[in-house]
Amino acid sequence: MSGAFRLAAGGRIDRAAPLRFRFDGRPYEGLKGDTLASALLANGMHLVGRSLKYHRPRGIVAAGADEPNAIVQVGEGAWTQPNARATEVELYDGLVARNVTAWPGVGFDLGAAASLLSPLLVAGFYYKTFMAPGRWWRRLYEPALRRMAGLGRAPAAPDPDVYDKRHAHADVLVVGAGPAGLAAALAAARTGARVMLADEQAEFGGALLSEGDEIDGRPALEWVGRAAAELASLPEVVPLPRATVFGYYDHNYLAIAERRADHLGPGAPPGLARRRLWRVRARRVVLATGAHERPLVFADNDRPGVMLASAVRAYLNRYAVAPGRRAVVFTNNDDAYRTAFDLADAGIELAAVVDARSHPAGERVGEARRRGIEVLAGSALTGTRGRRRVAAVEVRRLDPGGSAVEGPARTLACDLVAVSGGWSPAVHLFSQSQGTLRFDEARACFVPDRAAQAVRPAGAANGTFTLAGCLAEGLAAGAAAARLAGFGDGTAPPAPLVRTARDGPIRPLWFVPSGRPAARDGGRHFVDLQADVTAADIRLAAREGLDSVEHVKRYTAAGMGTDQGKTANVNALALLSQAVGRPIAGTGTTTFRPPYTPVGFGLLAGRDRGELFDPVRVTPMHAWHVAHGAVFEDVGQWKRPLYYPRAGEDMAAAVARECRAARGGVAALDATTLGKIDIRGPDAAAFLDRVYTNAWARLGLGQCRYGMMCGQDGMVLDDGVTTRLAPDRFLMTTTTGNAARVLDWLEEWLQTEWPGLRVYCTSVTEQWATVAIVGPRAREVLGPLAPGLALDNEGFPFMTLREAEVAGIPARVFRISFTGELSFEVNVPAWHGLALWEAVMRAGEPFGITPYGTEAMHVLRAEKGFIIVGQETDGTVTPLDLGMDWIVSRTKDFIGKRSLLRPDASRPDRKQLVGLLPEDPGEVLPEGAQLVAARPARAIGLKAGRPIPMIGHVTSSYSSAALGRSFALALVKGGRGRIGATVYAPLVGRTLAARIVEPVFYDREGKRRNG
Amino acid sequence: MRRYSILSLARNALSHHQGWPRLWRSPEPRRAYEIVIVGGGGHGLATAYYLAKEHGIVDVAVLEKGWLGGGNTGRNTTIIRSNYLWDESAAIYEHALRLWEGLSADLNFNVMLSQRGVLNLAHTLHDLREGARRVHANRLNGIDAEWLTPAEVKAFCPIVNVARDARYPVLGATLQRRGGVARHDAVAWGYARAADARGVDIVQNCEVTGIEVSGGRVTGVRTTRGAIGARKVAIAAAGHTSVLAAMAGIRLPIQSHPLQALVSEPVKPVLDCVVMSNAVHVYVSQSDKGELVMGAGIDAYNSYGQRGSFHVIERQMAACLELFPIFGRMRMMRSWAGIVDVCPDASPIVSKTPIGGLYINGGWGTGGFKSTPGSGWVFAHTIARDEPHPLNAPFSLDRFATGALIDEHGAAAVAH
Ligand SMILES: Cc1cc2nc3c(=O)[nH]c(=O)nc-3n(C[C@H](O)[C@H](O)[C@H](O)COP(=O)(O)OP(=O)(O)OC[C@H]3O[C@@H](n4cnc5c(N)ncnc54)[C@H](O)[C@@H]3O)c2cc1C
Repeated sequence: MSGAFRLAAGGRIDRAAPLRFRFDGRPYEGLKGDTLASALLANGMHLVGRSLKYHRPRGIVAAGADEPNAIVQVGEGAWTQPNARATEVELYDGLVARNVTAWPGVGFDLGAAASLLSPLLVAGFYYKTFMAPGRWWRRLYEPALRRMAGLGRAPAAPDPDVYDKRHAHADVLVVGAGPAGLAAALAAARTGARVMLADEQAEFGGALLSEGDEIDGRPALEWVGRAAAELASLPEVVPLPRATVFGYYDHNYLAIAERRADHLGPGAPPGLARRRLWRVRARRVVLATGAHERPLVFADNDRPGVMLASAVRAYLNRYAVAPGRRAVVFTNNDDAYRTAFDLADAGIELAAVVDARSHPAGERVGEARRRGIEVLAGSALTGTRGRRRVAAVEVRRLDPGGSAVEGPARTLACDLVAVSGGWSPAVHLFSQSQGTLRFDEARACFVPDRAAQAVRPAGAANGTFTLAGCLAEGLAAGAAAARLAGFGDGTAPPAPLVRTARDGPIRPLWFVPSGRPAARDGGRHFVDLQADVTAADIRLAAREGLDSVEHVKRYTAAGMGTDQGKTANVNALALLSQAVGRPIAGTGTTTFRPPYTPVGFGLLAGRDRGELFDPVRVTPMHAWHVAHGAVFEDVGQWKRPLYYPRAGEDMAAAVARECRAARGGVAALDATTLGKIDIRGPDAAAFLDRVYTNAWARLGLGQCRYGMMCGQDGMVLDDGVTTRLAPDRFLMTTTTGNAARVLDWLEEWLQTEWPGLRVYCTSVTEQWATVAIVGPRAREVLGPLAPGLALDNEGFPFMTLREAEVAGIPARVFRISFTGELSFEVNVPAWHGLALWEAVMRAGEPFGITPYGTEAMHVLRAEKGFIIVGQETDGTVTPLDLGMDWIVSRTKDFIGKRSLLRPDASRPDRKQLVGLLPEDPGEVLPEGAQLVAARPARAIGLKAGRPIPMIGHVTSSYSSAALGRSFALALVKGGRGRIGATVYAPLVGRTLAARIVEPVFYDREGKRRNG
Repeated sequence: MRRYSILSLARNALSHHQGWPRLWRSPEPRRAYEIVIVGGGGHGLATAYYLAKEHGIVDVAVLEKGWLGGGNTGRNTTIIRSNYLWDESAAIYEHALRLWEGLSADLNFNVMLSQRGVLNLAHTLHDLREGARRVHANRLNGIDAEWLTPAEVKAFCPIVNVARDARYPVLGATLQRRGGVARHDAVAWGYARAADARGVDIVQNCEVTGIEVSGGRVTGVRTTRGAIGARKVAIAAAGHTSVLAAMAGIRLPIQSHPLQALVSEPVKPVLDCVVMSNAVHVYVSQSDKGELVMGAGIDAYNSYGQRGSFHVIERQMAACLELFPIFGRMRMMRSWAGIVDVCPDASPIVSKTPIGGLYINGGWGTGGFKSTPGSGWVFAHTIARDEPHPLNAPFSLDRFATGALIDEHGAAAVAH
């Protein structure tokens, strides 16, 4: 038996498929087709949690995404899902769930002691106390508050599931597959338009799944079945059940979260993506998102057993569950009478319908009376009783103004209260799309007003609450959307026949007085059940002047729970309006923001995790580096060998060996990662003249030149060697990390400032592989590999390019040097990169050729005083600060030139590049160490203290094999004027001293580059 | 001002909380004030408070076009720290941090400053150098700063992923223990209440639509609630600084972009510090309500629409899971955006202007919440004395002409 409260017949559950599950450790049984909520109710479990602040018992209130109370932790271990709504969790065999708010259990909860303090815990109480002394907040109060807050628990292990993403284009995207949405989708799909229909529920039908309506004289679900089948048969239609449209962004871009595996539980096929994110660009959107029923705000309205009237119908009709044995219906409108009828039809005793309206006269009211249901008109519930579940309610007469109750109280025993305060259209997505809302007094709800995008609301989402109206509006909206997308003529198909009951008007009733003095009434009238916000809290906020909707929300937290106040917001707003004496229309709503319902981080991240978080770029020679034990560093997206340790070597030893090879023999560097941009066009030279600080127009064919570029602020942006390949063609190299940024920079100038220049830039970084052969014996290695190439200084001078075959591969060979040694950079098409590298290593073997990594490269260039952009520069350094006046043209204009003329650029105390020789040649200064002019009197510590003026910092610092000592580069205020002076680097507990020297440490004459 | 305390709370409980007064009055704006402050965010309200408290000037109105704190003050991720690289920045943010440390008591309003420590993770050798440089500079600037190894990072924040084989492994981190977070709304409300108590008029739903200038001096503002005269006008309208400056004919080198943030559903405490990473763009903390509060990246395009692009959120989550793989099944509950004003050097402008009596406080970009008390304090000084305080003198408007920039972009590249 799947629960004592399961009805004998009906429902969309499979009675032949029992499912076992556990809640708070106890075993239960449900049926296929149940949600966790319906299965719990079938077992008589209403109490599913405790309220956050006061720890009051709380039960299931709703049957869908609007549920505020039934928040549970589903699943265990790495698969655990915090904060699932029991009303949305499809039951599967073996499901394990726990309540998240009570400990040790929902029945006996230690936190309930907090309710003793409830008079103090009003909205915003924490702003008014715990102010001093400062540390107590952090040590004492805050941890206590933090422990009280929060719902479920984050998993302790990484999410083992995978998530997919898809892009889609739709002519018409219909959101919601209730009667309006299905009708819209049908009307649009029949024109041949590409239609997507997304609905958050497991099957299409929307509200019809829960109601006993008829269409064309037959059960409405038959119509739903036919509509769904027709849609499924059309090739251009994408039906998406279990798919929540959660975000509506600019340009009709919508995001949909599709659940694919949750309902299968552990039985899900391995590898199936748990969820799928659809990113849809839709020509037209039809929003048929339905409406949420509003609770009524009366005293002790939070007791388990108090449910929305429509939810009661859902449990009765869809899940064949009796949510109680004896019910009271409390309403201010005719719609809830349907609940009374369905309860009666299910054989559940009905104590009475309590109707706030003095003279309800709609057709259904008449029918109720005819059926012998007691209707207590002009009455209201003024309280409920019961410990863990409602046991009785109190009914009194409501005065015509609705501000007081009168007469004696009548007590009705019951274990179920079905309430309806009217309906709020689900305008969330419409509002997200920037559409405006309007308060409709007659229907007492906010409805869509002006659309801001290509969207049209239909059905209950538009404030149209009759089935006939929903169908007609849906068909019209679907046909119109298709026509606007270029399909069909806009004629809506004929609407099926539906009988519409003649309903009387709703009586807006935002607060139900309980008969206590007004000042004391409202402390137990719950507005937001999840955030534990009462009517008194809303009034307190208004009293304290926090009387805009946003302030109320922030001060009381109403609407800020995981249900985002779907049942609470309009009531809160109305109470605020009453408190400040403003019409609801003038109070306005808070902003609706994505997502409609919470969306998993994992889904948003999709497959961009781990290795795929950011593309890993490797050179064609990567496998060789790996095989030879390289240690890698991340430079931008690239993996670059940092050094190649041999057995028993640490980093320092390996780097020293690599440096010695480059200076004394021959070494090789994989230089593929440097950015390469092919710059072409008749104005290419003129363009380079503008972006580089130095002159390019007269650079000869096959000549290379080092260039430096600045930002508009005159600060160094990037550097590299650029070569003239043809009169109208250059190959620019950039630093590895900046390649994309430099290309963007060039494009920005070309496209926005100088569109007249005929220049085209193409990234060719990945098209070429580069091997630098470096060292005095470089010619001996390259010579045999390139027999046709003259390598001597006359035949192949420094800073020139030669095209030749190297190891049989067509290559560009550049004679340039970043180490100061003789060196050739051989470029070949990328797919030959490994072959070239291996050929070089083979040819170099007799000379002990040594592969070296970026660390040795850094040491070698620093010995020569060559800068690295991003290390010697930080966005505040000009070429002049680096002592590179020679590269700054005085005659031509270039980006940043005017900034270099600003007074600050010639300030004498600018930081300038200098060299440092530590007093202790064995001591390597820490990179980043700050420098001071005089030895500080006291050591510095970790705590906050008094400032000490700084004059500069260490930018690069190494131990040099060639120099036999440590050395560093630094930026020091007025540094060039301090050559010879001693500076100090205060570290925690000790201070290091160093002498300022010229920033070139090795081969100052520059002879070695000629070999 | 009726003082708040646990006793007043208990007393009021007895009268069912009927006796609490308004946090601030809601006066009709007068025809003229000595000083009009445009913008009722934290900075504008703090300025008003310190004008009254430090300079005894109470003939002041704060004009807010919407509701107090509805701009970036109420939209930010509330990270507070002072461990900036440059001396000028360090000085002003450290001044702010010291004010933060006594703010709840000073305002008699709990702004919930929680000094839970801010970690800035390093993922590359470049990050290591920059982090070390910043730690050294902070220490000499008298600011608490520590360097943590990956193992120490793990000990300090056990849930962060320090695996060596991560795409961008954590190589270390800087830690400022005095850094943390505060409750953003409370900052606006606390300052408003305290300023109001000293006589400042706080006027909501009053948009400034024009700035009156005559003979090179400001004379007042036009608003949606009529003209208001003023001897001095102070702009503190983050997101719209250039719009307001343009009303006085001043063009600012500011770009305005949407910046998004989001929170997860609330869960029990899992993260007790603030974690920031530039390379893997993440900054996250857990609020007292249990929500993970997370900032996303800035939208590339300029916009005044307070909403950002979805792909930025997707990217943000990928980054988040890279650092916190256990958050995979956490769910985003709300997302939103604010408009941030960014200067070319990513440092603010707190300055006099070429127009007499007109002052600008803006360009705090993605990181001005932490400076709120300090910013208000120096701005009040600048307005009251008609000359900048040494702490904000470097943040003058003319630095864009002289070139004396304070480039927090290139150097620290730490945004928040
Ligand atoms: C998503 C996000 C995350 C952030 N995270 C952090 C963080 O972690 N740490 C940090 O330190 N900083 C952060 N910031 C930045 C920080 O929020 C801001 O720098 C700071 O709050 C600015 O405060 P303010 O008072 O100047 O501006 P605001 O709070 O924006 O106040 C300006 C006010 O001016 C009003 N206004 C505008 N025009 C007019 C007019 N014409 N007339 C009248 N009033 C007008 C606006 O309505 C607004 O209320 C973040 C910002 C965003 C958007």
